[in-house]
Amino acid sequence: MITEPQTPGSGDMSARRLPPVAQVAVASMALVIASGIYVAAHLPQGASLGPAAGLLCASGVLLLADIAVISRLRDFAWKVFFRVGGWALLAYGVIAGLLEFVFVFDHTRGSVLLVLTLSLLVFAIDIPLILAFSVARYQPVPAPGP
Amino acid sequence: MADTALTTSSMSPAAEARAAPRPQVEIVPIRGLPIVAAVLVGLISAVATNRLWALDFFHVVGGGMWTAIDLFVGFIVGPILGRLSIPARMEFSARFMPKMLILMPTLVIVTLTAGWQLARHEGFILSTHTHHGWVVASMVIVGVMAVIALGLLEPANLAVLFELKKPQPNGELIGRLMKRFIYTAGITGAMQVATLVIMTRLATT
Repeated sequence: MITEPQTPGSGDMSARRLPPVAQVAVASMALVIASGIYVAAHLPQGASLGPAAGLLCASGVLLLADIAVISRLRDFAWKVFFRVGGWALLAYGVIAGLLEFVFVFDHTRGSVLLVLTLSLLVFAIDIPLILAFSVARYQPVPAPGP
Repeated sequence: MADTALTTSSMSPAAEARAAPRPQVEIVPIRGLPIVAAVLVGLISAVATNRLWALDFFHVVGGGMWTAIDLFVGFIVGPILGRLSIPARMEFSARFMPKMLILMPTLVIVTLTAGWQLARHEGFILSTHTHHGWVVASMVIVGVMAVIALGLLEPANLAVLFELKKPQPNGELIGRLMKRFIYTAGITGAMQVATLVIMTRLATT
């Protein structure tokens, strides 16, 4: 388990040592954006999807690893994390949905659409994760109940 | 204002933050959301009808505002903000950051969606098109800007707002996060110059 140096419910949260969740999520986002650019640069003919799928897989692995790391955190402001993450997920879900609509509207189909859809999914989870973690890490940890 | 800055300048950032009058912080300006919704509905109808004028309108207006705001914040507001006292930064941030939180993502999605459809309409996205290289270059620049803005700038913006809501905000933390905001705004501002070069090339050659 990852432990925090602070006593729950007190202390300066800006000095907390936490795993690099935000940095890993940013790396995941960079990979998925690179994947999207690769696919978009080869539309509509479509080049080999191998590089795009590879970038997407690497991005997905980083995201899953990040979620695993964050789920093991103790003494963390989970309430704030889920509040920020939930609203951000809603906002970026709408944005990803809008982009998906554009791809479908433009008759993108098959494996290209699959890669783009999965890329949007990873993108729409990465950003709320970054935002929620970046806010929650500086919030006071509620003291454990009696 | 100058008196306040002078009298507080000898204090530590944390003391300055505590001594500062507490601004009311509304993290997401609710009154702005109907405007965002109306813009998105307009964007969807522009895409669905595939009208060149509407796509051009959304791309030019959104892109112009995005570029201008990035340049203005990066090179004018940012350096000024960096020289302000912590209480002044807090007061400015409490009013400025929430607006940026809904304005910038809206401008970005409008510009990119309309721009993509416009490029499709004009044939720029075809790899055989003479301008294809410029379009790919603009995608790469936007991709880098997205990573910086979404991965560094916006989280710092949001963390500052939440810190400002605390009964005793940590002035040192706010100063550090604001510094990140200012630097990243400067980088995206500089990258917008490259976008301007590409877009003007696309429009004139």
